[in-house]
Amino acid sequence: MMMPAEKSDNLFCSLAGLVDERKTSTTVDSDPSKQAVKISVRNLNFFYGHHQALFDNTIDLFANQVTAIIGPSGCGKSTHIRTYNRIFELYRNQKAQGQILLDGEDVLSPEMNLIDLRKRVGMIFQKPSPFPMTIFENVAYGLRLHYRIGRNELADRVEMALKRSALWDEVQDKLDRPGTELSGGQQQRLCIARAIAVEPEVLLMDEPSSAIDPVATAKIEDLIEALKEKYTIVLVTHNMQQAARVSDYTAFFYNGSIVEFGRTEQIFKKPAMKQTEDYITGRFG
Amino acid sequence: MKPRSNWTRRSINFMVMAVSTLSSFIGIAVLVWVLYEIIYRGIGAFNWDFFTKLPTPPGVEGGGLANAILGTVVITALATLIGVPIGLFAGVFLAEFGLRSKLSGPVRFVSNILMGTPSIIIGVFVYAMLVVTVRHFSGYAGAVALAIIMIPLVARTTEDMLNLVPDTLRESALALGVPRWKTTLDIVFKAAKKGLLTGSLLAVARVSGETAPLLFTALNSPYWPGWLNKPTGNLTVTIYNYAMSPYTDWQQMAWGASLLITLGVLFLTLCARFLLQEKK
Ligand SMILES: Nc1ncnc2c1ncn2[C@@H]1O[C@H](COP(=O)(O)OP(=O)(O)O)[C@@H](O)[C@H]1O
Ligand SMILES: [Mg+2]
Repeated sequence: MMMPAEKSDNLFCSLAGLVDERKTSTTVDSDPSKQAVKISVRNLNFFYGHHQALFDNTIDLFANQVTAIIGPSGCGKSTHIRTYNRIFELYRNQKAQGQILLDGEDVLSPEMNLIDLRKRVGMIFQKPSPFPMTIFENVAYGLRLHYRIGRNELADRVEMALKRSALWDEVQDKLDRPGTELSGGQQQRLCIARAIAVEPEVLLMDEPSSAIDPVATAKIEDLIEALKEKYTIVLVTHNMQQAARVSDYTAFFYNGSIVEFGRTEQIFKKPAMKQTEDYITGRFG
Repeated sequence: MKPRSNWTRRSINFMVMAVSTLSSFIGIAVLVWVLYEIIYRGIGAFNWDFFTKLPTPPGVEGGGLANAILGTVVITALATLIGVPIGLFAGVFLAEFGLRSKLSGPVRFVSNILMGTPSIIIGVFVYAMLVVTVRHFSGYAGAVALAIIMIPLVARTTEDMLNLVPDTLRESALALGVPRWKTTLDIVFKAAKKGLLTGSLLAVARVSGETAPLLFTALNSPYWPGWLNKPTGNLTVTIYNYAMSPYTDWQQMAWGASLLITLGVLFLTLCARFLLQEKK
């Protein structure tokens, strides 16, 4: 998303305004120390071969809150969240060091059961990628994988997931059509349905709306609001308006380090660090 | 400096065009000629007996190549049954698991060498392994020889087709908690299904015309294939034997067999083309 060409201070105000607008709907306690920590990251370092991409990342993610991760392209946002479900292990030469605790359990430990971890920590990718199967099967696949359930319950659960991802009305008549036939925005919501069907605890979203149109983006943002009732959500976005609109907490990444982390309104209204302010006012990035 | 004349540029352009056009015409002309000869001379051999009767000794009227037709089909089918699964899994190893393994380099290298090995050498190899040891030629030795030729072909196309499947699809499956092997067999295979089928069909088409590896293994026989545990009739070696013979009726049969094989390969290739186009 391109930054508008208006003067940076105006933008700053308008972003702060966005935060204000939705503050009324946020009922969380503003004192972080009183909230339950879902994921606790300590001194996380990440390496692509010899290239270090993350430096001593330390952050706490609160349960049932939306945490936005912002920062310029290439600063390590994706790399950071891809450690939470250890999806990076698909590739050789990628290595994470440090500690990630999910409800106190060490995610990076060799004893961690990957299948169980990934059931608990779902992920939505930038590019929607439905499985090469029908719409119904796309959602049912993960359910069958993780639960022993009968046909009727399966159908109910699929319907529920599609409703919660605001896709049901659009697909209920064509559940047996291939998932790839849907539009980009619908495919992304199908992926969300697929992820939430298995009842994860955490939902990682890596720029989920950067490849789809504004109307679908608005739908997904509404969805995020609704989903945080049940899940802890981590939203990577390079769109600061989006971060301001939907998140409770914001982390600003720069060059692989977490420069600043705090409540979204604080980050957008009174950033403590010069770098953060420069970034959200559009002076770089 | 003098500018290059337009005339020089144009004449070079013309020459390059002329040479490449001529070359392609020579290539196509030879192909058309071969096809024409095979159809023209082979079609006369086609009759009911050709497809249903056993061969007769030279000079004896009638007879057909039913045993050789069946033999080729059975040997090729058995070769497919052995070669395609091994090739598929070798391709899966290279594309899916090789990334994390030091073995993938050597496997790919050996596979490429095997692909470039003349088929007669594979025939001689299987002759040493499966014919000399049991002291007789056999249809199954022929099938093994053809399977060995298929393995690197199938492995290569499998690797290529699996590499076309975007990593985002693998990541989405793994991120949902799907185990690695299930991701490959359930999701990546489904995405690459048509490509894999096409690759296998082309490998079948390729080996169904092989003669040299069968000459050392299945040999040939005027009888029904039975259990493939003795010399087994097949079309390609029959063409080789009959075409070399001095008898005109045998030569006629060889033309018929050539036409049949050509049609078979054409059919398989067209199926493969059709499948691949449907994908887009
Ligand atoms: N597969 C990879 N191999 C090597 N380096 C990578 C790879 N993916 C990302 N990087 C590097 O890691 C850094 C962080 O990338 P990434 O996490 O994708 O950034 P972001 O998501 O914030 O745009 C970048 O410098 C990028 O070049
Ligand atoms: Mg990214």
